[in-house]
Amino acid sequence: MQRVAIIRFPGSNCDEDALRAAARAGTDAYYVWHRDTDLKGADVVVIPGGFSYGDYLRAGAIARFSPALSAVQRHAAEGGPVLGICNGFQILCEAHLLPGALMRNAGLSFVSKPVDVTVENTRTAFTAGYAPGTRLRLPVAHGDGRFVADPETLARLEGEGLVVLRYARAEDANPNGSMHDIAGISNPEGNVVGIMPHPERAAEPALGSEDGAPFFTAMAVPAPTGTAATSTAGTP
Amino acid sequence: MPETAEAATAAQPFANERPVTPEVVREHNLNELEYERIVAMLGRTPTLTELGVFSALWSEHCSYKHSKPILKQFPTEGPQVVQGPGENAGVLRLPDGWAVAFKVESHNHPSAVEPYQGAATGVGGILRDVFTMGARPVAVLNSLRFGPLDVPRNRYLFAGVVRGVGDYGNCVGVPTLGGEVGFAEGYTGNPLVNAMCVGLLREKDLIRARAEGVSNVLLVVGARTGRDGIHGASFASEELSEKSEARRPQVQVGDPFTEKLLLEASLELITSGMIVAIQDMGAAGLTSSSAEMAARGGVGVEIDTSLVPTREEGMTPYEILLSESQERMLVVAEPARVGAIKAICEKWELTATPIGHITDDGIFRVKHAGLVVAAIPGQRLVEDCPIYEPDARESDDVRRLRDASPPASPIEPREALERLLDAPNIASKRWVYEQYDSTVQASTLLGPGGDAGVIRVPGTEFGLAMTIDCNARLLALDPYEGGKAAVAEAARNIACTGARPLGITDCLNFGNPEKPEVFFQFREACRGISEACVAFETPVTGGNVSFYNESPTGAVYPTPTIGMVGLLDHADRRVPSHFASAGDTLVVLGATRGVLGGSAYWAELLDFVGGAPAPVDLSAEHALQELLVAAARDRLLQSAHDCAEGGLAVAIAEAAIGGPYAAGSLGATLDLRAYTEGLDVTALLFGEDGARAVVSCRPDALDRLKTLAARVRVPAFVAGEVGEAGGPLSIRVGTTALEWDTAALRRIYYDAIPRRMRGDADRS
Repeated sequence: MQRVAIIRFPGSNCDEDALRAAARAGTDAYYVWHRDTDLKGADVVVIPGGFSYGDYLRAGAIARFSPALSAVQRHAAEGGPVLGICNGFQILCEAHLLPGALMRNAGLSFVSKPVDVTVENTRTAFTAGYAPGTRLRLPVAHGDGRFVADPETLARLEGEGLVVLRYARAEDANPNGSMHDIAGISNPEGNVVGIMPHPERAAEPALGSEDGAPFFTAMAVPAPTGTAATSTAGTP
Repeated sequence: MPETAEAATAAQPFANERPVTPEVVREHNLNELEYERIVAMLGRTPTLTELGVFSALWSEHCSYKHSKPILKQFPTEGPQVVQGPGENAGVLRLPDGWAVAFKVESHNHPSAVEPYQGAATGVGGILRDVFTMGARPVAVLNSLRFGPLDVPRNRYLFAGVVRGVGDYGNCVGVPTLGGEVGFAEGYTGNPLVNAMCVGLLREKDLIRARAEGVSNVLLVVGARTGRDGIHGASFASEELSEKSEARRPQVQVGDPFTEKLLLEASLELITSGMIVAIQDMGAAGLTSSSAEMAARGGVGVEIDTSLVPTREEGMTPYEILLSESQERMLVVAEPARVGAIKAICEKWELTATPIGHITDDGIFRVKHAGLVVAAIPGQRLVEDCPIYEPDARESDDVRRLRDASPPASPIEPREALERLLDAPNIASKRWVYEQYDSTVQASTLLGPGGDAGVIRVPGTEFGLAMTIDCNARLLALDPYEGGKAAVAEAARNIACTGARPLGITDCLNFGNPEKPEVFFQFREACRGISEACVAFETPVTGGNVSFYNESPTGAVYPTPTIGMVGLLDHADRRVPSHFASAGDTLVVLGATRGVLGGSAYWAELLDFVGGAPAPVDLSAEHALQELLVAAARDRLLQSAHDCAEGGLAVAIAEAAIGGPYAAGSLGATLDLRAYTEGLDVTALLFGEDGARAVVSCRPDALDRLKTLAARVRVPAFVAGEVGEAGGPLSIRVGTTALEWDTAALRRIYYDAIPRRMRGDADRS
């Protein structure tokens, strides 16, 4: 069974939801405390949502320096899959595992609602279960979700097809003013993915939607021999 | 241990402390009778520290001195009750060994002067009340009142409160499942901020705040103690005035991150069995938490305030005892456990500091570095506050208003419905709840925007429904009927989802009880609430009284908000509020008499708050609840929405408009000509009789629904059917055929508040 480490910071609050969704998908999911440097044989790492260290200073800015995150850096460098959701995405950007930054929402208020997103990049460790162009409805709940990056980075993300989720353009679904309506991106290798919407809150029939479930069922599938990066496109 | 009673209660003034003079006594909001009682109890003049302790515990907020005899009349028992009033939160039994802890509390006065922190710390306090019972908070709700939105100051308060509520709950990770927001002139200087929290626990893990075991240790867990919030409890017990702005430093500052750590640490301490008791250091901080826990356990306590970790040097025992710094807990434990408790707290980046112990002499004793600065008989400190039973007399103005009729003539129903849907009291509150995380914890089945919130309980079949309600306009005109109506509306909302109402918590917001007309409102509202709770078998499990909600513009409407929880046996059989699909049959449940007294129609459109509200028929309400629960159980309903403010027309329109994230509206065609023949069109469409709901069902379920309705004697009128997406709403009534564009109604309903917050509707 695939081992999924859910990193738990003081202030994480979607940790249990992520654990439940991963376990439900048939993985052996467990917590790793922020002070630990041992991921205990994790095949996959999830950095859940919440307000790590209160998000004081800047969302994700302190979590980046936690002992657990250095272990996550090594795991990612070896090609191990890492999914950052919401605050997890913010942490991945702060840690430079993903480019760009997540700024205060354009409307300056916290936004909590379901949004429509399109899956664009299906060559990542977490989106292989979707057909390209699939439309999902997933909840967002964040105050700092406006993705920004310099023009070169944006061009590279678009050019290399690294945009994983995009707010549905036609419906004006962009809840936070993200550049290019970006809701989630991956690194070129496809093993590190960060997304603002919460698939763990839409991952079972009892909740009225399974749109997010494939993110977790993907975790249950062992990576092909070699590293998770082998199947991805794009030149690093 | 001192030998004599006198020695036991000897205390000395702290260094350079002011002597206690009549003026100092007045500053502490204690009257002559109360002061005399204190002197008699101690057999000497109190020290300033002691005076501060008395002023906090004998404040209205802590002592309930004007409300106790009335509150005693509430029904508090039932087979489902695990814990009634008197603890941090009430607890009701659920299936499979589960229980629900819930409570509502006000934070009105702090929010009036500092909306963001006032509201944020209100949420913090209510979360702590619930997790100190050993329950994990699974939902918060809130009930808010402000002056009209065309006044910039009211918008500032509204926006600040909403942001404060949101930021705190969002960070801690508890979903906001519902609530209500109302606007009326009377709340202009004195907004109401009531926060409710619902938590789940295994019944066996319940812990009570009873200090026990002589020589057991008291520990402070969590944040350091600062100078914020000193005398917050007394502040909450006086009228607001121009001077209140100077109270801003008394408003506490919240830190939701520490709260989250405190939540996890507290639950771990409780489930580990390491501790004897735990209580939030809320209103009156260390003073009330220690004194109340000791009194419940029938023991004494001895605290050394010099051991309490403080934020700044040189804090006096007076300040340390009365600080309302947030995110602190008082824990009682056996001495041998202290090391293990510290370790658990350290894991959560918190400190646990022993500051005293339990004694057998029943004295509330405070030392500061060895010097005894307060020594008061503990039981009497908590229980001997004078109890007042003020005069109660209905105001003549209210009596006259009840008999009055609106001065203006009715307006055309087509326009009336559009204007009602645009009224902030009725319009969608999406602007508010989109700022609250409503889906964290991944258990939300029905979120904000419907009749009641519903969550699942992972690993079980059942669900939990919750709501908070009060139509204060009805209480302003008739507090007794209005009190009944508030409970009835909450119960209808719960039942519309298919859940059975279980019990209530109440937040009783009133003006100055020393005014006979205010105390009359309070007494009559409580009588109405009691009767409704008896009829529905929904006991009162606790709550909060907030008096002195007055500003220079006068008292607020009597606003006893009712927080209710209900049990949905099968969570997957929950019923949403909005129409589901074209071709479904529309049924109006309940009878319409067309009472416009106290209606939104008169208030919002004719600027007339008057007339006699519809008397509440408790047995008809109960029958409707039974019907809704049975119909949901048998999977007969596609939607159910209660009729409340704005009457039948608004209920139908809201169901057709659709939920906040629906693709759009659905049309509907109704023929009400045979429903209540002879009734005036305005009264039929906009009258506010209770005990009614608008439901839809698949055509093949109609016969079974009618059979169920007949069995409990609820009138069920087949009114029409649900139409196509974006289709018109057509109602035939009397000799008229009315029609509205539902897409347009949807825009009006969802844009009413955003448009005002943009300043588009300012008073010139």
